[in-house]
Amino acid sequence: MTAIGDVRRRRIDELAARAGQVPEGEGGVSLTKSAFRRLRRNPVAITGAVIVVVFLVVAAFAPLLAPRDPLAQTLLGEIRPGFIPGAREGFPLGADELGRDLLSRLIVGSRQSLLIGVVSTVLGVVVGMALGVLAGAFGGWVDTVVMRFIDIILSIPSLLMAISISVLLGQNQWSLVIAIAVTQVPVFARLLRGSMLAQRGSDYVLASQALGIKRSRIVFGHVLPNSLSPLIVQATLSLATAIIEAAALSFLGLGDPDLARPEWGAMLSNAQDFLSVRPELAIYPALCIIVVALGFTLLGESLREALDPKFRR
Amino acid sequence: MIIEDVPPDAVDRSGRPVLEVDELTVTFRRRGEQPMRAVDGVSFAVAPGETVGLVGESGCGKSVTSLAVMGLLPRRGVQVGGSVRLDGRELVGAPDRALRELRGADMAMVFQDPLSSLNPTVPIGTQVTEVLLEHRDLSRKDATAQATDLLDRVGIPDPARRLKEYPHQLSGGMRQRALIAMALACRPRLLIADEPTTALDVTIQAQILELLRELVVDSGTALVMITHDLGVVAGLCDRVHVMYSGKIIESADRHELFARPRQPYTGGLLASVPRLDGVRGAPLHPIRGSARDVIPWAEGCAFAPRCDHAQDDCLTEVAGSTVPLEYDGPGRELRCRHPLEYPRSPAGATAAGAAR
Repeated sequence: MTAIGDVRRRRIDELAARAGQVPEGEGGVSLTKSAFRRLRRNPVAITGAVIVVVFLVVAAFAPLLAPRDPLAQTLLGEIRPGFIPGAREGFPLGADELGRDLLSRLIVGSRQSLLIGVVSTVLGVVVGMALGVLAGAFGGWVDTVVMRFIDIILSIPSLLMAISISVLLGQNQWSLVIAIAVTQVPVFARLLRGSMLAQRGSDYVLASQALGIKRSRIVFGHVLPNSLSPLIVQATLSLATAIIEAAALSFLGLGDPDLARPEWGAMLSNAQDFLSVRPELAIYPALCIIVVALGFTLLGESLREALDPKFRR
Repeated sequence: MIIEDVPPDAVDRSGRPVLEVDELTVTFRRRGEQPMRAVDGVSFAVAPGETVGLVGESGCGKSVTSLAVMGLLPRRGVQVGGSVRLDGRELVGAPDRALRELRGADMAMVFQDPLSSLNPTVPIGTQVTEVLLEHRDLSRKDATAQATDLLDRVGIPDPARRLKEYPHQLSGGMRQRALIAMALACRPRLLIADEPTTALDVTIQAQILELLRELVVDSGTALVMITHDLGVVAGLCDRVHVMYSGKIIESADRHELFARPRQPYTGGLLASVPRLDGVRGAPLHPIRGSARDVIPWAEGCAFAPRCDHAQDDCLTEVAGSTVPLEYDGPGRELRCRHPLEYPRSPAGATAAGAAR
């Protein structure tokens, strides 16, 4: 009897001692930290992240990784009408229609695609956020003006808009970036405004108002941090769209006129005429675009799941 | 828990009211709809150290009253009339900036749901210090020290660590304590508590009420308690105003009200509370029906359709014949044509004993 009583008493003591402490790593876990923790456990997120990281590394070290000069027309002499040399020693993916090494062109081309995708998305997020905060924080006529402006942009088909802008600004890669960014702006502005409006009616905003906190402080310190997670997710997903759109514009001949810089979309466009001769010329750049877009999409989707408070424990 | 840092002479016990609400009306206007009068001529006053309860079922206008006092109702579509004075200063129609400077410093509010009233993405500490930084000339370091002190005072153990934590890591009771700490950070003259215990466990409710009593009442802050819980009223309030459909229908001291409710509505509220010392199996007596959206005070008494004591003259067809709020013995006011009557001996009162 006494033994059992002892055990029980000891167990109660242990429990009591444990109740006072917080399990390790639980103190002060912010939303971002716990989201990151959940992200690491999600295989989909890992897959997406690996794809993205691989492509980023390739893009960063492209000149070192490319086995040959992407511009050297080494195999030009072998090209005949109806024949383009395929894979062989030293040319793992064969040559393109001008006798240049396809693999090297793909590797160097990743720079251009990723750069345009990332820069235009960042630009779109920054401008979209500014407009969204303006509309979401002030409401009233500011909101009306900003949102009608956004609606006008949104009503123009994005590809048409991008084409007009790159024609208007002249053909270079920065006009391509701006063109894609402009089509992204309305999405981010709308998204941020919507989630800010939803947050503005929440109890903690009323509670901070009841404590006499300044409006600027409420907007930037309370409402904005709570409204950002859909924006972050959308930005990740938009990266994929931006890369595809950049490729599409290059395909249409509105991309970088500097032929020295290989680009996936332009490669795809050039391969059109040789589809019957060597379909690989189109397949490989297309595959690159698809895989990068998939990587960003997977990452974005799992980020959305991780930031969703419903999954939060 | 003793409040040591309030010197006794700093406590204002002059009896001059901190808050005077006079004929407050709140009307919601929407395009294409009839204006809705949610609060209709409500008057009450709160003295320093006094606790006044506003009691009524949901939709009777008690929360709107509190938001109107704080100046937190949106300007558009809402019309606030009458007068609200805080230490003699008129608040109705005061500029936004002046109101904002008063809120948090001289008047504060504790809300019903402690989880949604705290920002989930910001640590508790930031939210507490924010109030101090807004209203007091403090360095960030001093504010943090003061915030630690505040959390300690409201009974949160290990406050230095809790400051770094996020709202979801605190229990419900602790969140409400943190909110109370935020509300009391600048020692307001007036605290409005809007159903502060509704979202909490019963065991925590008592603790929070006790905390409010110690921190607020003992330091001479005026407290307005908004609740539908008669247990809260019985435990804390000095004076009680019962509201129905936007109007006060009965005002009395706590003991008087529980011993002898005069308005049949108050009587009904008391009778519908389950009792431990009652006969086993005895049925509860709910009030019939529910409050209506349209407020028909213009035609006599809004409660008449639900009232067991209603007589023919309670509900008239004549517009503008509202039953007035009249003197009903010392310290009591009543809005009723046929109130509950009691025999001379208070012991015979039907609802007596509900007073604790």
